[in-house]
Amino acid sequence: MLLDKTIEELSTGLKQKLFSIEELVQECYENIQKYNPKLNAFITIINKKEALRNAREKDKNISRATSKLYGIPFLLKDAYITKGIKTTAASFVLKNYIPQYNATVYQKLLDAGAILLGKMNMDAWGHGGSSENTDFGPVRNPWDLTRVAGGSSGGPAAAISSRMAVFAIGEDTGGSIRNPAAWCNITGLKVTYGRVSRYGTIAYASSFDTVGPMAKSVGDCAQVLEVIAGKDMYDATSSSKNVPRYSELIDSPVENLILGIPKEFFQEGLNTEIKNCILNSTKIFEKSKIKIKHISMPMFDYGLPVYYLIGPSETSSNLARYDGIRYGQKRKEFTSETVRRIMIGTYALSSGYYDAYYKKAQKARTLFIKEYDKALSECDVLLMPVTPTPPTKIGELMTDPLQNLLADVYTVSQNPVGVPSLAIPCGFTKNGLPIGMQLVGSMFSEDLLLRVGHIYQKATDWHKKYPKLEG
Amino acid sequence: MKNRNNTISIEEVKHLAKLANLTLTDKQLEKIPKELSSVINYMSKIKTLNTSHIVETSQVTCLENVFREDEIEEERMFTQEEVLSNAKDTHNGYFKVKAIFDE
Repeated sequence: MLLDKTIEELSTGLKQKLFSIEELVQECYENIQKYNPKLNAFITIINKKEALRNAREKDKNISRATSKLYGIPFLLKDAYITKGIKTTAASFVLKNYIPQYNATVYQKLLDAGAILLGKMNMDAWGHGGSSENTDFGPVRNPWDLTRVAGGSSGGPAAAISSRMAVFAIGEDTGGSIRNPAAWCNITGLKVTYGRVSRYGTIAYASSFDTVGPMAKSVGDCAQVLEVIAGKDMYDATSSSKNVPRYSELIDSPVENLILGIPKEFFQEGLNTEIKNCILNSTKIFEKSKIKIKHISMPMFDYGLPVYYLIGPSETSSNLARYDGIRYGQKRKEFTSETVRRIMIGTYALSSGYYDAYYKKAQKARTLFIKEYDKALSECDVLLMPVTPTPPTKIGELMTDPLQNLLADVYTVSQNPVGVPSLAIPCGFTKNGLPIGMQLVGSMFSEDLLLRVGHIYQKATDWHKKYPKLEG
Repeated sequence: MKNRNNTISIEEVKHLAKLANLTLTDKQLEKIPKELSSVINYMSKIKTLNTSHIVETSQVTCLENVFREDEIEEERMFTQEEVLSNAKDTHNGYFKVKAIFDE
């Protein structure tokens, strides 16, 4: 299957005309037709004839291709604005919305010659960790159809895991790339805040939102990041820091790097199989002469309160624009989970509670930044779990709002701090459900995280395993 | 209103809904006070954190006063038709909204 190949292999093969872009796109649609009815990963599938015409056109010009992503089929979480293509954020509020312009990340991928095949299902507005809070039906986990794919970027994760395209763009506000990556056995990168432009991203919490790649391997994530990162004059929070050649740097040496293990992330509440699996992976790192250091990050317990006070506050403000006048449907179309988040945010920002909740959380955020600074001055990279449990049963997280929040416990504290985190597959439970771990580094240390992740993937083949779905 | 357990009353929920421009169904009005109370109670853990002399953080980019030239970029401008293309209710090339002033 062409779709098992890396972006590097595909790009080389296309240039040498060992296979065509048309064949690659055709293979994607075969898998989409076979597997999507079971997984419900898509909200919009791009017209097949149109995509194949685009592919043939690109095949003619392959000799002039300059980007590795030329002719590579990809997917976007439906949180990115695409001109002329319905964009919903998985909410009926936007069920008929046809954007008039393109998100920067989409435009950059189009400019590189990549081919969009679909807009993916997710938790509406990014509100959730299971892709069940969607008006388009839950996304199912390709490893067990009775379970969730994770969220909020569940559609992209399920689709990449089952080989419906080469890579996808997710969006991570509190774990939304990493959680579904872990639960579907793919690799996902939450970038440093400001590394990739947010222009044209439907905002959840603007000071936490990040745009990043989801793919089969660390190497592929590096290829995509190289294209999408960088300063954008349309996003004033995007950074003008130089974009390294990530894909070339991933083979740099890792000897003597220090990998920190914060004990608070491995205590009560973490599933034993996941804990053992992640701690076991340290042997692989040690073989590559990476040093292990046990550290403490006692702010851990305050991660959820900080995230769930600031995130909803920002979302209550961001979602105020959906009044059904300029575009979209009326506000009564918001799901219960979204209504709850708007209400929590409104509460935390309202007179009499602002100091006790919102302002207090912003102060705690400062303490988190100090704690991560300290940990990352003693260590180069931190190793943490992504999710406290294996993927949950469909419906399980929807009954209790608090349980729903706890699914994000390990991934919510990086966003308020802004630091990058790479989620990679590291094994399976005895029932065959995927387990992921995350590597967290300092601001703009994506090159280092990718390097360490790549060493792990060179020594293991967890990331090469894919679900055996029947068509 | 502010007892130890932060119970949020129906009246308070109605007030918040008004602030948030949300119209709640009777069923939501029945459920939300309890759900909101349980979430807010959990988040109230933050009150136990000592934050005296700590300055709040609202952004992590360290970028301040990001300016651009005050120029019109014509290629990014929409036609009137494009601007109105997603609006349900328009009149003579304008968005139609409810009157907010009395005559």
